[in-house]
Amino acid sequence: MKKFVEGSYAVAEAVKLCRPGVISAYPITPQTHIVEGLAQFVADGELKAEFVNVESEHSAASAVLGAVATGVRAFTSSSSQGLLLMAEVIFNIAGMRLPLVLACANRAVSAPINIWNDQQDVMTIRDSGWILLFAENIQEVIDLHIQAYRISEDHSIMLPVMVNLDGYILTHGLEVADMPTQEQVDKFLPAYKPLYKLDVNDPMTLGSLAMPEHYMETRIAIQKTHETALELIPKVSSDFKKAFGRECGGLVEAYKIEDAKQVIVAMGSVVGTIKETVDDLRSQGKKVGVLKLITYRPFPKQAILDALKNIPEIAVVDKSISLGSNGPLYTDLTSAFIGQTKVPKISGFVLGLGGRDITKDSIKQVFDKLSGKQVDCEFIDVKKELLEEEYAGN
Amino acid sequence: MFGPLVSKPKSSRKNKTGSWRIDVKPRFLQKNCIACNMCVQICPENCISGKEKNSYKSDPDFCKGCGLCAFICPKKDIEMVNESTT
Amino acid sequence: MPETKMLYNPGHTACGGCGQAIAARLVIEAAGEKTIVVNNTGCLEVFTTKYPETAWGVPFIHSLFENAGAVASGVESALKFLGKKEGTNVIAQAGDGGTADIGLQALSGMWERGHDILSVCYDNEAYMNTGIQRSGLTPFDTNTTTSPSGKQSFGNPKMKKPVPEIARAHGIPYVATASVAFTRDLHNKVKKAVSIKGPKYLQIHVPCPLGWRHEGAATVTVARAAVETGLYPIFEYVNGELAAVQKIKPKPVEEYLKLQGRFKHILKLPEQIKKIQDIADYNIKKYGLKLEA
Repeated sequence: MKKFVEGSYAVAEAVKLCRPGVISAYPITPQTHIVEGLAQFVADGELKAEFVNVESEHSAASAVLGAVATGVRAFTSSSSQGLLLMAEVIFNIAGMRLPLVLACANRAVSAPINIWNDQQDVMTIRDSGWILLFAENIQEVIDLHIQAYRISEDHSIMLPVMVNLDGYILTHGLEVADMPTQEQVDKFLPAYKPLYKLDVNDPMTLGSLAMPEHYMETRIAIQKTHETALELIPKVSSDFKKAFGRECGGLVEAYKIEDAKQVIVAMGSVVGTIKETVDDLRSQGKKVGVLKLITYRPFPKQAILDALKNIPEIAVVDKSISLGSNGPLYTDLTSAFIGQTKVPKISGFVLGLGGRDITKDSIKQVFDKLSGKQVDCEFIDVKKELLEEEYAGN
Repeated sequence: MFGPLVSKPKSSRKNKTGSWRIDVKPRFLQKNCIACNMCVQICPENCISGKEKNSYKSDPDFCKGCGLCAFICPKKDIEMVNESTT
Repeated sequence: MPETKMLYNPGHTACGGCGQAIAARLVIEAAGEKTIVVNNTGCLEVFTTKYPETAWGVPFIHSLFENAGAVASGVESALKFLGKKEGTNVIAQAGDGGTADIGLQALSGMWERGHDILSVCYDNEAYMNTGIQRSGLTPFDTNTTTSPSGKQSFGNPKMKKPVPEIARAHGIPYVATASVAFTRDLHNKVKKAVSIKGPKYLQIHVPCPLGWRHEGAATVTVARAAVETGLYPIFEYVNGELAAVQKIKPKPVEEYLKLQGRFKHILKLPEQIKKIQDIADYNIKKYGLKLEA
């Protein structure tokens, strides 16, 4: 059913349709509306679940870890400092091979404290073993959560999935979106069937100590599982299309790149702005396009190489930075081309940190600069006067 | 590919900690035992068994020779003896 | 005591004479096979669950150092959701560091929310797994590797954090202490605790021969002396009221201190002994420990 819906509420409703048995969360802006929505569903009896109001994000992640380990589908959501506080548990959940879905309302990381959007938070747990998906709009927010449980709980995967949605832009924005029915979701998403769980009738030990003779292979197993996920994610997306009648998910989405000379690679809501800019520039005869990464981990190297094989100039738009190096996506993308016979010009740009608006003009600057000298890490929309005066020191 | 570390219950029994003993081991004299079960209760290894009076014994595969059973026995019916004693 | 199935098995790798190894077995045997154990990081987790082996005969999960309270909350909530909470006990257990220091926040949350979980603290009074560093439950004047005695130090300058009082302040229905030297009392307390609905806290004094520097065979002697001097009061609060204490004929604290290497540096310092005697006397008065003739 089509409805005009706020992104956070859309997450709450999509998660409700997935029937989690335990929800645990700790409030943080801009994630709050998501968990408030779910708390209300539980309070109204519309969702039969245990809602555990914990005292920190560390405990929120730990509580859902315990719930999934007991064989129950669970959900949590966080952002920014909250995600960083739960980072230890984030790694633990993946290492323990427990399927879970977490909605991350992407937000800048302190200090200075800043509640607005960028994607620095998720990059801090990039290497944790989680499958990382990025939504462009509210419809994708809904659809990716439903697919996330299918991917996570697949017996060939058994890894947690994080659905990233840009703070405020998607969490507090309103769009018309199609909310599936309970019957549709029930048909698409079977009940969670744990491969292992805490059960007094079948006791087992989870979370053992691994000595050097066992540890390394547990990491290799996760690495291999990410390869499996590269095959499963498009399959789940295609099953989703059959069940719901619309395209969503998969590894990457190409927009007007067939004949393009310049392509931007980006993730999340900024892709919407880039698409509009691409349309504007194409109307002026410029051959430009955009490649959206829906799946960031596992990194869809082959899908990217296939999509970009004939593109001479590529710009990577990062909304985060590995300080002292470059944007993380830029680093990933350049490394994907190592060993290829035809290596395009790839430039890296960092935009929109801490909620600085990314406008169509910002994107036009990226395309302009892409024509110039190759750069690794160029910031766009910088206030030079701040750098030269207020922050200049002496 | 899949590698969650799930351990089967009670599998530590594969690990024969009896090899840790260096000098002494308990000898259950089985003379004045009153089946009070104190030795069973105090054994950190959980490797002492017995039900009837004078039937208690420890499992040398696991006993680390700590001596708590001999200490706790109210009838002094357990003594720590040299490892080489038969 | 009843015949128990093997819920805690030999082959674990605790040091000989480990007090915690004894207490952990007594706890799970009393709680019974219908119990799920959630364990913080620490000696107990390390010596019982070295992959691919486990000493546990019940479902057991270890996640991190500080989150057993939260993981157990999730386990209990999942059991409720499944309709399986009735008849299943959940234990969240940790050492003194995992309880009193790094894990206290998660425990406080668990107590405050009223989960039906028994939290057990195996109190060996320092971070033994990492090499005898001071914790919030390390006693006054203890020589540890991070509160060493020295030319300007008598060891740990702080008193034990009153975790049972902190637990009690949450309004939880059962708070008790026990000692590995009194196994029947310990057994009975676990039985009683799991029979009560809601959050429970049990703090068990468990000597660590390595960290306290005494022979493994002396574990019971040392633990008993702690109780008999009044330094480790054994009590039980039910619904916030002091319901029972273990009465003693108080012995001077030297009787306890001299058994252990960790207090060797103060044995000839009467003014330090006096300070420790004052702690014992305070406990004796506060809990009414003295056995009247």
